Amino acid sequence: MSSLRRFIPWEYLGLASVLAALVLLFSLLSNHFFSALTFVTLANQIPALTVIAVGMTLVLVIAGIDLSVGSVMALSGAVLGLALADWQLPLLLAIPLCLLVGCVCGYVNGFISAYWTIPSFIVSLGMLEIARGGAYLVTDSQTKYLGGSVEAIGAPLPGLGLSPALLLAVACVIAGQVLLSKTVFGRYLIAIGTNEEAVRLSGIKLLPIKVSVFVLSGLMAGLGGLFHVAYLESADPNAGIGLELSAIAAVVIGGTSLAGGRGSVVNTFLGVLIIAVLQTGLAQVGASEPTKRVITGAVIVAAVVLDVYRHRATGWRGWLQKILRQKKPAVAE
Amino acid sequence: MESNSPPLLRIIDLHKSFNVPVLTGIDIDIHAGEVHALMGANGAGKSTLCNIVAGFLPASAGQLLLAGEPYAPESVNAAEQEGVRLVMQELNLIGNLSVAENISLRNLPNRFGFIKKSVLHRQAEQALALVGLQAIDPDTPLNQLGVGQQQLVEIAATITKPCRLLILDEPTAALTDPQIDRLFEQLKQLKAAGTAIIYISHRMAEIQRIADRITVMRDGKSVATTDAHATSVAEIVQHMTGETQGRHADYTRRVTGPLALRVVGLSRAPLLQAIDLAIYRGEILGIAGLIGSGRTELLRALFGADGARAGDEGYLQLGEAGPRLVFTSPSEAIAAGLGLIPEDRKQQGLLLSDSIAGNISLANLGAVSNRWGWLQTSREERAAESYRQQLAIKCKAVSQPVAQLSGGNQQKVVISRWLFRDREILLFDEPTRGIDMHTKQRIYQLLHELALQGKAIVMVSSETSELTTLCDRIAVISNGAISALFERGEWTPEKLLAAAFKGYSERPSAAELN
Repeated sequence: MSSLRRFIPWEYLGLASVLAALVLLFSLLSNHFFSALTFVTLANQIPALTVIAVGMTLVLVIAGIDLSVGSVMALSGAVLGLALADWQLPLLLAIPLCLLVGCVCGYVNGFISAYWTIPSFIVSLGMLEIARGGAYLVTDSQTKYLGGSVEAIGAPLPGLGLSPALLLAVACVIAGQVLLSKTVFGRYLIAIGTNEEAVRLSGIKLLPIKVSVFVLSGLMAGLGGLFHVAYLESADPNAGIGLELSAIAAVVIGGTSLAGGRGSVVNTFLGVLIIAVLQTGLAQVGASEPTKRVITGAVIVAAVVLDVYRHRATGWRGWLQKILRQKKPAVAE
Repeated sequence: MESNSPPLLRIIDLHKSFNVPVLTGIDIDIHAGEVHALMGANGAGKSTLCNIVAGFLPASAGQLLLAGEPYAPESVNAAEQEGVRLVMQELNLIGNLSVAENISLRNLPNRFGFIKKSVLHRQAEQALALVGLQAIDPDTPLNQLGVGQQQLVEIAATITKPCRLLILDEPTAALTDPQIDRLFEQLKQLKAAGTAIIYISHRMAEIQRIADRITVMRDGKSVATTDAHATSVAEIVQHMTGETQGRHADYTRRVTGPLALRVVGLSRAPLLQAIDLAIYRGEILGIAGLIGSGRTELLRALFGADGARAGDEGYLQLGEAGPRLVFTSPSEAIAAGLGLIPEDRKQQGLLLSDSIAGNISLANLGAVSNRWGWLQTSREERAAESYRQQLAIKCKAVSQPVAQLSGGNQQKVVISRWLFRDREILLFDEPTRGIDMHTKQRIYQLLHELALQGKAIVMVSSETSELTTLCDRIAVISNGAISALFERGEWTPEKLLAAAFKGYSERPSAAELN
């Protein structure tokens, strides 16, 4: 029994059961929800948000924030469109260029905020405007239609039903989780988010680590740009408006603390899935757009409140045990 | 104090458990007009007991009687209405607000929500005068004061309010001797007015000066209550540890080795002035001085903790013929063989929510990972486990968060970090601050052993007795400059104190002096 227990991923179980409950709920409410079509559609919509939320998780773990991801995604996508449509570059050159744009934006965010110790909130707010403006300049404020050149990345693979973009996004989730929990770099991130001064006095150079985190976040935004362009088969300078908030919501639902020092990339992915299922499910049961927003907002707040309780007990496991124990008659001490 | 008068506070078989039992049977009577010292090793439950009495925590079982009436405060406010007030060990003030605002924070004098400045000032001036801080402008932002002065402000804010039972948890940890004298005067007046005082401290000398009775706690129980004037230190230590303790170890038999670090003309604005020091292998060099004299700044300057700034002068040399060095970051200093155990272990030392193992390995993750940067947690745990045994860190497992450990054990974790990193020159800033006597002895023993192994040790301390027991040499820093350097045998407490004040009479003071 105890050896079996060790293999149960307790830290993911809570959110996974919330996700399962949502799927069950919508399946009962709508005849069409529980179908392969729904899930394939859903799965192919989420890659961009997923990778951006992975980057955002790392940023939040060091107690930073990156508000520019939505705009950087649009700018990277716009540059990709420019390279493919106007410059006629091959895909294998255009994609690195698109990712590079993301990295550069992330580097600027990270370097300015870490070198001059300016809150990343402010720096990335500036970058949000800069990158959005850049996206309009690059595309002349027009959506660039790209057609088949990038379609392969976003389109479902025959026989599998899932797109390469989704598979890549899941790979990023796994890589992000491994980076955070198994490597020295990840340990430094958690340590910096917990007590930056103690880390500095332990002889660890903060600047390269912090800059790397923002570069990773930018890279993920660039990758998100690629996925988004592939999904729409066009580069839209208006892409990703407000996406930073969805990404933060997913990360926070996943239990990562805005104060830094703790986080889980896998739980962030579960957060993305919960948001996506909620959106799709509500649409299928006929909820209007305003209603959807009200309910999504309520779910975000509820998730954070639950998370507070979860950490007062000893993780989800203790929390579940506590709930179960309360149902038993109280034992006199 | 008549023993047949009913006690002001009667604590009867008090129990408290969180997940584990913390208090397991406390019985104490506290009388009006007495100073009742609580002593015990870290983790004995002193602070928990005080938090229950002051309304921060509910008791799990047992009873409190205040002046004969059942007393179970549901909140701090309820306790304060009964006249029970606690000055906590950790500062509980707001740094950006002025001294005056902090003193009256819970009850700002106002009319229609607008603060009445004149009343606020008057209240503050009265309170500050009580603790000898009348020289401080009540409008000064609190965070411009030193830690000791902040502590006094907190005490002042508490004792100006009506109070039947005052609880002081380590009030003197950050105070200088003159400040302590001043505080004790106030406590005597309160006592004469009939206030009961519960006084927690690890400093025997203070307890014997101020306390009437002593209760010793051990592992959540009250084990003995004795008359303070008829109790020897040895008896108290025996009660605290539950064992008879041998005589003080001899920390003097060491042979000083070759030069480890030479400091030449080190100046750092605004305080440090032309510091020259030589630090040898195998010795413990003590740094004495008043709070704010530049002791911490000196260690931080050696360690490169404050970076490079315009106007920095001087340099360091490792060994006799080493190149001239100036460290501009801790990572450079560490690479050259230095380690710093900082003054404030919670703010500057520990990752509180992280495990013991994670804290110990922090400065040396390279040793517990492979060349690809992959952590090898089994190696990390093994290292932590060995320091747990070597330093007798009291914990359930090395995976336990350090936030759950007592102060002494937390300090052992920070020291373990530098032992694991294996640096040659170790800088200790107040290594035993807020740590019980038993653990202090262990830390002294450890410093002694490290010196025997040939490490060079620099130690800042506010406790003169600690320096005189442990050090080979003591440098006294006063107003940012070295005012005297004593070899073992040359110093006396009077000479050390005179040297600590010397710099302030010779040139205008950079830090205020009280």
